[in-house]
Amino acid sequence: MSDKYQVISILKKDAILQLLKKNERIDGRGLEDFREIEIFTNIYNKAEGSARVHLGDTKVVAGVKASIGIPFPDTPNVGVQVVNAELIPLASPLFEAGPPGEEDIELSRVVDRGIRSSEMIDNKKLALIPGKKVWMIFIDIYPLDYHGNLMDAFGLAAVSALLTGNLYETEINEDDIILKENKIPIPINHVPIFVTIGKIQNKLIVDPTFEEEMVLDAKITYTIDENNNICGIQKSGTAGFTIDELIMARDIAIEVAAKIRKYLPLKKG
Amino acid sequence: MKKVSNITEVIKLLDENGIRSDGRRLDEMRKIKIEVGVLKNADGSAYIEMGNNKIIVGVYGPKEVRPKHLAIPYKSLIRCRYEMMPFSVSDRKSPSPSRREIELSKAIREALEPAIFTEEFPRTMIEIFIEVLEADGGTRTASINAASVALADAGIPLRDLVTAIAIGKIDGKLALDINGIEDQYGDGDMPIAMMPQLGYVTLFQADGIFTSEEIEKAFEMAKKAIWNIYEIQKKALKSKYLQIVKEVDINE
Repeated sequence: MSDKYQVISILKKDAILQLLKKNERIDGRGLEDFREIEIFTNIYNKAEGSARVHLGDTKVVAGVKASIGIPFPDTPNVGVQVVNAELIPLASPLFEAGPPGEEDIELSRVVDRGIRSSEMIDNKKLALIPGKKVWMIFIDIYPLDYHGNLMDAFGLAAVSALLTGNLYETEINEDDIILKENKIPIPINHVPIFVTIGKIQNKLIVDPTFEEEMVLDAKITYTIDENNNICGIQKSGTAGFTIDELIMARDIAIEVAAKIRKYLPLKKG
Repeated sequence: MKKVSNITEVIKLLDENGIRSDGRRLDEMRKIKIEVGVLKNADGSAYIEMGNNKIIVGVYGPKEVRPKHLAIPYKSLIRCRYEMMPFSVSDRKSPSPSRREIELSKAIREALEPAIFTEEFPRTMIEIFIEVLEADGGTRTASINAASVALADAGIPLRDLVTAIAIGKIDGKLALDINGIEDQYGDGDMPIAMMPQLGYVTLFQADGIFTSEEIEKAFEMAKKAIWNIYEIQKKALKSKYLQIVKEVDINE
């Protein structure tokens, strides 16, 4: 992605900038409108949970797998959560195969922190034999078609897959864990929503498309829980924000998160 | 490792008088010491001690881009590598780059780049190498404080210095410049970097839960501390040249 700067024509860039001066966007949206959202859940049966999210033309998938493992020594009584994302070449000519780069790692770590900080997963319920055996929840996220704002789409996909995911019911017999036939929902406390706001000159725009990302000066992602608390922040891009812009973006993010929340699949159980 | 879990039960981040585990008040910063021009090979360099953090930064460039195809026709390519030495933390860190280090390298680069007149040096690159020798919470903010001074030391034209501080949350209260224990057992961490004169925030991250009001309060706390650090950075830069003047005077 390091040579992103090559892929937008000056004509298009000018068009985006000219329209923004009139508070208009190249695809006709208002500055604070997000693209159409579609969410399909439990679509892959081998996964404990899965979701495919369409955010306009951007398409991503997320899958949840669970296995029983050993807890980290400093958190012996809670389950383990692992988030992984990889920008695969299927999704864009800009993505190259190979080990995850900065961008992949940033995306997965921001999703990981949002889920962790909001305490979305009730981690204590994932401890089977405290100090010895816990559920390990792996969330893997991939783009299928990249047309901007992977951050929010990845977040929505991970959250949707967790909300509709199931774990085997367990029975503990001294030091043995018996998996039963029956499945129960993944224990959920809170639900974070990721909202990315782009800055172009002095304008703030919600859910930037790929073309807008090419022109963006910087981006800010706020993760918002259902009580409108902020449970994650990440600024990226090669420019800065004023404090007023960041506070304005926070307010926009809280508003937008409430709207996106309505698209979420119903929690299981 | 067993020791760690014992500590969690005993540790109190804030006592009845509002004093933190290392004796500081909630709005008190750790001591900062910055030295400039500590390396001979690098074009610019700086060493910082911020509390127990010890970090050295070297800057090379603007120089020829390698590999060549990475050169950007209209601006300088900024590269940044943030690395923790294996012995800088309690349990040895593997020397291969961790996901955290890769993310922080990007975040720090994007905190510094807004300050650099990159368009003045097309088809070149500027490299920033950050090595953490000892870590105790807030290494990314300490790294930024040292790196922006090292960039200035390298003679690279800057719009402003970049100055950073982290605001944390311990026992439900905002605390300035959290240390390692507070980061590990506290409720949140919000590093902020700014170009103080220009009023731009160039790094802004958070984990943990913060209310809307806390974000505004955190900015207020951070701004105050950032102006203090800014003065220390400027003093460190000046002192290098005052030293040279002194040496020249003696020789004459």
